[in-house]
Amino acid sequence: MTEILTVTDLKKYFVVGRSGWPKRESITVKAVDGISFTMREGETLGLVGESGSGKSTVAYITVGMYSPTSGSLKFRGQELFQADGKRPIRLKKDIQIVYQDPGSSLNPRRNIKDILEMPLRLHQPGKNRLEQIVYLLDLVDMPPEYMYKYPYMLSGGEKQIVAVARALATDPSLVILDEPTSALDVSVQAKTINLLLRLQQEFQLTYLFITHDLSLMRNVASRVAIMYLGKICEIAETADFFQKPLHPYTQMLLSSIPVISEEEEAFKPKKVISTGEIPSPVNLPSGCSFTTRCPFVMTVCREIDPAMVEAGPGHKVRCHLFTQPEPATVEGPG
Amino acid sequence: MNEARPLLEIKDLTVQFSVYAGKLQVLDGVDFYMYPGEKVGLVGETGCGKTTTMKAILRVLPSPPAIISRGDIFFGGQDVMRMNEEDLSRVRGRGISMIFQDPTAALNPVFSIGEQFGYVIKYSAPPGKSLTKQEIHLRAVNALQEVALADPERLLRSYPIQLSGGMRQRVCIGMALATNPKLLIADEPGTSLDVTIQDQVLRLLRTLVEEKNTSVILITHTLGIVREMTDRVYVMYAGDIVEMAVTKNLFSNPLHPYTQGLISTVPRLTGGGIASGIPGRIPNYLTPPPGCRFHPRCPHIMDICRTEKPPTYRVNDDHDVACFLYQTENRA
Repeated sequence: MTEILTVTDLKKYFVVGRSGWPKRESITVKAVDGISFTMREGETLGLVGESGSGKSTVAYITVGMYSPTSGSLKFRGQELFQADGKRPIRLKKDIQIVYQDPGSSLNPRRNIKDILEMPLRLHQPGKNRLEQIVYLLDLVDMPPEYMYKYPYMLSGGEKQIVAVARALATDPSLVILDEPTSALDVSVQAKTINLLLRLQQEFQLTYLFITHDLSLMRNVASRVAIMYLGKICEIAETADFFQKPLHPYTQMLLSSIPVISEEEEAFKPKKVISTGEIPSPVNLPSGCSFTTRCPFVMTVCREIDPAMVEAGPGHKVRCHLFTQPEPATVEGPG
Repeated sequence: MNEARPLLEIKDLTVQFSVYAGKLQVLDGVDFYMYPGEKVGLVGETGCGKTTTMKAILRVLPSPPAIISRGDIFFGGQDVMRMNEEDLSRVRGRGISMIFQDPTAALNPVFSIGEQFGYVIKYSAPPGKSLTKQEIHLRAVNALQEVALADPERLLRSYPIQLSGGMRQRVCIGMALATNPKLLIADEPGTSLDVTIQDQVLRLLRTLVEEKNTSVILITHTLGIVREMTDRVYVMYAGDIVEMAVTKNLFSNPLHPYTQGLISTVPRLTGGGIASGIPGRIPNYLTPPPGCRFHPRCPHIMDICRTEKPPTYRVNDDHDVACFLYQTENRA
């Protein structure tokens, strides 16, 4: 399979203040701190993490809302951030985003027709726009008369569907879904997800699915990556990921999920119980950032930040438990 | 368990909201009971009337627009609907505590944690007995220690903004339990927290209420939390209680078509794909569907559902369902 997006050592630091005298050094938040991953054409990569882990920053960099501090993003081999800072419109057309809260991502003073017309006017000039809008609404199973409705007349689920239609208006190949269903009820979530899956099939879309819901990713993603405080801890094929979670943080996440059946209860890793607080991203612990909560913490963890290692085919993990040639010397998890 | 008198009993509670367009029929005859020491879940999707029910118990529904047109609420044998303000404030002060979804919004940002604790403890004192500053401080420190927060003295001097989300929710739990209430209403207590932190907070909450033998009503739309936290569950749809069962039975044998749909749409950790969801959407409360309010979305619809509101049938011990599919069973 060909690669559609290649991210190499991506970093994004935000300056949040200054301190010290006389040099006034800046205080930075390392929102994304050196992450690398690739996305294959047509796949769904689930990017999972808790709030403040930097997953949305990755999304915003990819669509071009932020420029990275360092590192490279290549879309089909082409660098997304060029020296002159301007992204060609053709690349903008290819990468679209659906935001978490449809209540604030749709302009309340524009009707659905206007909302869908904007991307069409920019990216597909000359075509019959009204026809296009009817086609887009039909794609997402909405009757054409919705065109003249305003966002406040729609339910949360319908608003999110309009946001999906807007993202599809430019005929993209990579769609970033930034927690598209976390503001919706489960029965509405199911409908929205099924629509997204159908559209993916129909148009061979690639999804970067950002979420904190691992149960959902189990059923939707082809691969899953876990982020913790700006870094990817583990990335693997979905089946492998859920059957053999390696990183202690992944195990903690999985064991914390409230589930609704006995089989799922039996499926959860038992060894790692959630303890401790997520440290402030301004003042990270030295070494591995998970040391403050990790039940398997070793001296080396507090000193050296572990590198990403390949623990199995396509299964990468960033943890000292797996960097030793003989991981059996330590009481390894699961 | 059933020999004891119920701690809370709601009978045929009907609430309407009077708005410009007419009357919203928000609660349509809710029946609910719970015994001392029970942990009861109240599940349903956004806008089904869960929070309205709880606000009615505390008599904090804003009126207007709310009108409680019918129904009785008994708390510890006392008639809440006919209470005077003084008795009500006693119930709110010492009888029932509440934990809200968003701890950031529940705490006042301009008062220190200590000041906010002070008020809660001060007004929970029995009438005629006032607490000294030392006593209040001591009880606040104790409450913070109970919720496993380190350095309570410093915490009491800090402001909500200085705490993390998980710590704020712990403070709220501590505050709610500091008055030793008989009943704790927890409205989506972990939803705004991250999953690992939510797990910690819920485990703490469960340990504390079991230690103190506090009764709990857990309001949520996350079925997983209900399964892990409660003994018995009520399922609510569009202002009606559609099913009530012991938690284990509800998940192994859901009876109402709505409950079945709801459970099937939850994505499973073990895989298996995404179910198709429940067709349609929650009805408009201005003109709710006649008969069973779920009938426009129901896969098993019969003629009678369109015209008559189903009564509650008792299918098994402690398993009630309001659906004509179970007509042959006994009326509860």
